[in-house]
Amino acid sequence: MHNPQLNAQGQLQHLLSIEGLPKRILTDILDTAENFVGVAEREVKKVPLLRGKTVCNIFFENSTRTRTTFEIAAKRLSADVLNLNVSTSSQSKGETILDTVNNLIAMHADMFVVRHQQSGAAHFIAQHVPPHISVINAGDGRHAHPTQGLLDVFTIRKYKPEMHNLRVAIVGDVLHSRVARSEIHALTTLGVPEIRVIAPRTLLPTDVEKLGVQVFHNMEEGLKDVDVVMMLRLQNERMSGALLPSSQEFFQTFGLTPERLALARPDAIVMHPGPMNRGVEIDSAVADGKQSVILPQVTYGIAVRMAVMAILGGGNAA
Amino acid sequence: MDVHSTPPLMTLPDPEQLLEHLYAQIKPRIQAETALVGIYTGGVWLMERLLKRLQTELGHDILFGKLDAAMYRDDYAQRGLKTSAHPAYIPFDINGKHIILIDDIFYTGRTTRAVMNELFDYGRPASVQLAALINRGGAQLPIRPDMVGADLPLQAHQSFDLAMNTLGRLSLSISESASPAKPGADDHA
Repeated sequence: MHNPQLNAQGQLQHLLSIEGLPKRILTDILDTAENFVGVAEREVKKVPLLRGKTVCNIFFENSTRTRTTFEIAAKRLSADVLNLNVSTSSQSKGETILDTVNNLIAMHADMFVVRHQQSGAAHFIAQHVPPHISVINAGDGRHAHPTQGLLDVFTIRKYKPEMHNLRVAIVGDVLHSRVARSEIHALTTLGVPEIRVIAPRTLLPTDVEKLGVQVFHNMEEGLKDVDVVMMLRLQNERMSGALLPSSQEFFQTFGLTPERLALARPDAIVMHPGPMNRGVEIDSAVADGKQSVILPQVTYGIAVRMAVMAILGGGNAA
Repeated sequence: MDVHSTPPLMTLPDPEQLLEHLYAQIKPRIQAETALVGIYTGGVWLMERLLKRLQTELGHDILFGKLDAAMYRDDYAQRGLKTSAHPAYIPFDINGKHIILIDDIFYTGRTTRAVMNELFDYGRPASVQLAALINRGGAQLPIRPDMVGADLPLQAHQSFDLAMNTLGRLSLSISESASPAKPGADDHA
């Protein structure tokens, strides 16, 4: 099957989902990101790669944090950045997605960063743009959030370079989480042998085992001897119906407390994609504790997004 | 350049001797505020060799760094980002330093330009000089090395390959490409 993310030479053309990307592409992105980590520590926090290019952040769904990190990444590559918050813009006047996109193409945009509440929106846009334009999925419905998945594996690789030897637990609201799907695909592709998900039955997709993960419904069993604990945010805004009794009860059963973290390996790292619900999925003592790498995740996220944009924005070596 | 020369018969110099020659030119230029910056990959090997010997003979530490300049190359729009790039390593304050850039083969000058642009994003050096093991001719910019091991003109479809074995010994060979290098092509090729 033709992979819409790759061009005829097998190079990355769009970043829509980690699912279906070969290991060499993921490794390329992570290796390239290593080169961008140091840029932020220099006197001039910019490199000239995307000078003269226009990156358009089209956010059909609000997300200040994700938009900000893409904006910083694009600016550190010297691109001009246009932020469109479409939920408050033309769409409310009845314009279709493609009309919005076509208008931006007419303004000579070079790259689109797309966030949408519907799964598949970024794929849809990627199919309609001319070949010189790249599309990056910044989260579509419950489907994918590939740069978050990449920055998570980049962070893991930084602290635990031997990925073929790791035990990783993903904890919480897997059902509503596009982050969890992207993480699972990235970890699997990069050869992590044991991935666990820990969640109540109501917050797991029915086919979750097909992703190649072990399922636990109990924190005490699931956290035993893991090297990495990846917490997910409880996505209240995406929930409909009574999936949970209350957030207090969730914390009682699935919150990451210091006592539960002690069941993991002593050098285990704790991650969270943000924004955190303190006291719901994670205890403050853990979030601010020695094993937390939640803020380094944010820093590395910029380097990873720079790498993706730099790979997409360049020419194709023949 | 003489297009009728027969390159396979060209006797290649021993790069160890060229490095010796380069060393003799660099040593008197070392001051308290001098830093050696190697350009990946061959230039970093040379920088490490020179640094070790200079520190031994001069009896003090010398600042050093490593640059790749993949993010500053002028062929990004044509060729994209090099996948084998190395992270920059400049562990000192560049302001006011006398920088000696070390490269293996000097060709078009485009790598030097890219490296200088990257260097200046770290600060304002007092001076920048360029040392190259070989100047193969063919500069396309007003940039020339200040110190060279040897001037060895080469035709456009040929390139020097510097290699280092596991014992750290350098060797030099010439490779031929089917078509002449495009103008402005990688001067490391």
